[in-house]
Amino acid sequence: MATSDDARSNLVRILTCGSVDDGKSTLIGRLLFESKAVFSDHLRALETDSRKHGTQGEQLDLALLLDGLQAEREQGITIDVAYRHFATRKRRFILADAPGHEQYTRNMVTGASTADIAIILVDARKGLLRQTRRHTLIVSLLGVRSVVLAVNKMDLVDWSREVFETIADRYREMASGLGIDSVTAIPVSALTGDNIVERSKSMPWYSGSSVLATLEELPIYRDDAESGFHLPVQWINRPNADFRGFSGTVASGAIRVGDPVVVQPSGITTVVSDVVNPSGSTDSASAGETVTLVFTDEVDVVRGDLISGASTPAESADVFQATIVWMHDEPLLPGRTYLVKLNTRTVTATFHRIKYLIDPETLERVPADSMSMNDIGVCTFSTVRPLNFQPYRSNRTMGGFIVIDRHSNATLGAGMIEHSMRRSENIQWQDVDVDKKARSMLTGHRPCIVWLTGLSGSGKSTIANALEKRLFASGVRTYLLDGDNLRHGLNHDLGFTPADRVENIRRAGEVARLMVDAGLIVICAFISPYEAERGMVRSMVGTDEFLEIFVDTPLDVLEARDPKGLYAKARVGKITNFTGIDAPYEVPTNPDLRIDTTTSTVDVSAEAIVDVLTSRRIIDT
Amino acid sequence: MKSGQRGLADHLGSLEAESIHILREAVAESDKPVMLYSIGKDSSVMLHLARKAFAPGPIPFPLLHIDTTWKFRAMYAFRELMADRYQVEIVRHVNQDCVERNINPFDHGSSMHTDLWKTEGLKQALDLYGFDLAFGGARRDEEKSRAKERVFSLRSANHQWDPRAQRPELWNLYNARHSPGESLRVFPLSNWTELDVWEYIRAEDIPVVPLYFADERPVVERSGTWIMVDDERMRLEPGEEPHMHRVRFRTLGCYPLTGAVESDARTLDEIIDEMRSSEFSERQGRLIDHDGAGSMEKKKQDGYF
Ligand SMILES: Nc1nc2c(ncn2[C@@H]2O[C@H](COP(=O)(O)OP(=O)(O)O)[C@@H](O)[C@H]2O)c(=O)[nH]1
Repeated sequence: MATSDDARSNLVRILTCGSVDDGKSTLIGRLLFESKAVFSDHLRALETDSRKHGTQGEQLDLALLLDGLQAEREQGITIDVAYRHFATRKRRFILADAPGHEQYTRNMVTGASTADIAIILVDARKGLLRQTRRHTLIVSLLGVRSVVLAVNKMDLVDWSREVFETIADRYREMASGLGIDSVTAIPVSALTGDNIVERSKSMPWYSGSSVLATLEELPIYRDDAESGFHLPVQWINRPNADFRGFSGTVASGAIRVGDPVVVQPSGITTVVSDVVNPSGSTDSASAGETVTLVFTDEVDVVRGDLISGASTPAESADVFQATIVWMHDEPLLPGRTYLVKLNTRTVTATFHRIKYLIDPETLERVPADSMSMNDIGVCTFSTVRPLNFQPYRSNRTMGGFIVIDRHSNATLGAGMIEHSMRRSENIQWQDVDVDKKARSMLTGHRPCIVWLTGLSGSGKSTIANALEKRLFASGVRTYLLDGDNLRHGLNHDLGFTPADRVENIRRAGEVARLMVDAGLIVICAFISPYEAERGMVRSMVGTDEFLEIFVDTPLDVLEARDPKGLYAKARVGKITNFTGIDAPYEVPTNPDLRIDTTTSTVDVSAEAIVDVLTSRRIIDT
Repeated sequence: MKSGQRGLADHLGSLEAESIHILREAVAESDKPVMLYSIGKDSSVMLHLARKAFAPGPIPFPLLHIDTTWKFRAMYAFRELMADRYQVEIVRHVNQDCVERNINPFDHGSSMHTDLWKTEGLKQALDLYGFDLAFGGARRDEEKSRAKERVFSLRSANHQWDPRAQRPELWNLYNARHSPGESLRVFPLSNWTELDVWEYIRAEDIPVVPLYFADERPVVERSGTWIMVDDERMRLEPGEEPHMHRVRFRTLGCYPLTGAVESDARTLDEIIDEMRSSEFSERQGRLIDHDGAGSMEKKKQDGYF
C-alpha cells in the first residue's frame, strides 16, 4: 500500500477512544486549550460551568469544554460523536470524540470511519481493560492505520516507567494480534498536562514525543494507489451542447489527460480529454480531489456509475461477505431487504445469513439469527444489481457502505465488504425458501387482489387504470386483469350464461391467485354480479389479501351515459343476459370500499383505494 | 500553466473538496434544494463553493434570503451586487406576520425577534416553496452544541429536530432520503473553522460585505460591545450619543443585535493576523447566544438553523 504524505495529508482526522473516566475529556480539553483553540469567552463560560458541574473544585474542569447537548450534560454522559477542530503550524486537525461506553460502539465506528489516527486512552492504574480490546478491534476493523496509546494518570502511579512499559508491551501484543502494527505509546497526565504538548519534566526516562508532537509527525496513509484510479460519479454536468462532464471525488489512484478509462458497469471505454478541478482545467488529479472529467467520445454515464482506469477496473459482484456494524433499534433480519449505499450507488439488497457475531471484548465468534444495535458481525448479502467495489481493507471508499431502511429511510448500519461470493454457491443455502413472504420482502409491499365489481360502464376499468398508474409510479408491482380483455384470450370460450359467468370469475380468480403468490398487487375489473363468486375468489387467497371495491353507479346514470349503446340495445332485447337489465346484480353487502362515481372523480377514487391499501398495511406510500 | 494549478494550502483544498462533495450529493438526492443565503462571510464561501461544484454549469438551485428587514444597509447592497454579478436567483422571504405586528429588537427582545423573523420566517418559506433540502452555512466550531450536529440533519414535517432521529454519518456517505413532508438541512461548511473561512476567502479572492473590515462607523457602546447606528430606526437610550469609532464585525446579523469589535484590520491579511491572536470567539458579538446555557440547542429543536 502506498504512503502519501504529500498533497492532502495536512488535514488530519483523529478518533479518541477511552473508557469512562480514563480522562479522555480532560485530554481533549487540554489539547484544545493548549493549542489555543479555546476562546476566552468560552473559557469564561467554562469557569461558570466548572463551578456548577465540575469535578475539580475551584479549578477549571477542562472536560466540560466538550459537552454539547444539554440532555447529555444533565445525565453526565456524552452520547454522540462530537467533532472538534484545532490547528498547529504543521497540521489542521479534526478530532472525533466518541464516548467509550459499550453501548456506543456505533458512535466509535462512525468516528473511526474517517480517522487517520486513533488515540486510545488507558488509565495507568487500571491497565488494559476489556473496553480497550473493543476500541482496538473497532479501530482495526475500520482500517485506522496508526494508533497512539496514551497511558494516562501517570501522576497517580508515581510516574513509574515500569507501569508504563508493562502496559505498552501488553498493548502492542494485543494490537498486533488485531493487525495493527503502528503503535506509539506515550505516558501522560491529562490533568497536569505532562507529555500532552510539552515533554514531561516528571518523566525524564521517556525520550519520545508529546501527544501533540506525535499527531503532527505520524505519517498519514490514505490513498491506495495500487487499486488503481476510481471515480464514483456523483453528478452529470451538462450545461449546454458544448460541455459534458462527469463529477465526483477521486476514490483512489490518479488520472491524467490522455488516460484510457472504463465506465462501470457498462464496460464502455474512452479517453480523458480534460480534468477540471475547482480552479479550472488542469492536467491531472489524485485521490481525495474533486474533479469533473471530460471524455473524447460521447459515452453514456449516469450517477452511480464508476469511472476506473482502463487497466484497473473495480471488481463487480452481486453477492458479498461483509463485516456489519448495526446501529439501530430495529434489528437486522436475514431475508429482509434493505437499501445499500456504496459510493454514489444505492441498490436493493437482501441479507441472507449472519455467519457469526464478534464479541468485541473476547473476540469470540457467537452464532446469531439477528443483529441488534451495536452488534458487530459477519454477514452475506446479495444485491439486485451488481456493485462495483474493492475490498474495504484495500480501499475504504470503495468497500464501505451504509444500510438504509426502505420505509423509514433511517441509516440502520454500516458495512465493510470483505470479498465477493459466487451467487450459485452461496444463495441456495439461505434459510428462507422463496415464498410469498420472501417475494414480498423484495418488492417492499404485500401482495393482494383489488377486486372492482360493478355494473357494465360503471367506471371499473377507468379507475383500475388510474389506480395501476398511481401504484406503478410509487414502485409497487401491479398487474391489471380486465374482464373484457380476459374474454379475448383465456376466457374466449365463455358466454354470459350464469354457468359461464361463474367459470369466468373462477378462472380470473385462479390467475389472480397465482399473481398474488408471485408478489403482485392484482387489480381486477369484473362485473362479477354474484356475491358467491366474489366470495369464492376471496377464499382463494389469504383473508387480508382480498379487497372488494364496489364501483357504484346508479342504473339511470349508466343508461344516460351509455357510450357504447349497450344499455339501449339491452332495453330493446338486442343483447340478452345483460347485468342490471335482464340479469341480476347482487350488490356487495360489506365491501371494503364503496365508490360513488357520481360524486367522485377518477383520481379521487383511485386515491381512495390507495388509502385503503395503506391503512391495511399492504403498501406504505 | 493551466488555470487549474492550485496554490491553495492543502488543508483548504481538502475542506473545499469535502464541501463540494457534500453539495453535489445533496443536490443529486433531493427534489427541490435551496441555499440559505444570509449575506455573511459563510454564505459568501458557500456560494463560491456552489459555483465551483457545478461549474461550468449554473448553480442548480435558488438562494433564499430570510429577510428580517433589520439587516445592515451594506448587507442589502451586497446582496443585490451578488445577484447581479453571479446571475443567481435570490428568493427573498419576509415574515408578513412580523411586518404586521411590527416585531423589532427594541420592543420584543433579541430572542423573540430572532425567533419570529428568522425561525418562523424560515419555516414559512420552506413550506411556501416546498423546498425539501436547505443548505446552511453553520460550522461545528461556532458553538458547543453544533459540534455534534450532522452534516445532513433531518427535520420532521413540522421542522423539528429530534436529536435521537439523526443518522450516523460514516466515510463520505450521506443519507439524504426522506419521506414527503420531511426535509433536510445540510451544512457543507461543518468542518470549517472561522480561520479556515478567512484563509479561503483570501486565497480565492471571494467578495464579502465591507462591514467585516475596520472603518470609522457611528456606534454606541452597550454592555461592553459596539452597536452601529445604521439607520433612523435605532433607539438610543437616554444620554447615548452615537460617535465615530474604528470597528469591524466578525459576524453579521440584525444591526441592533450585532456587536462590533474595536479593530484596525482593514485588509484580509490583517483580519487573519487579528484572528490568530484573538482571544474571543466570533459568537461573542451575537447577542442571541447569551440567553442561557443550552439556548442554541433549544432554538435548534424549535427549527432555528
Ligand atoms: N490524577 C489524574 N486525574 C485525571 C487525569 N486525567 C483525568 N483525570 C480525572 O479523571 C476523571 C475523569 O476524567 P474525564 O476526562 O471526565 O474522563 P472521560 O470519562 O474519559 O472523559 C476526572 O475527575 C479528571 O479530572 C490525570 O492525568 N491524572
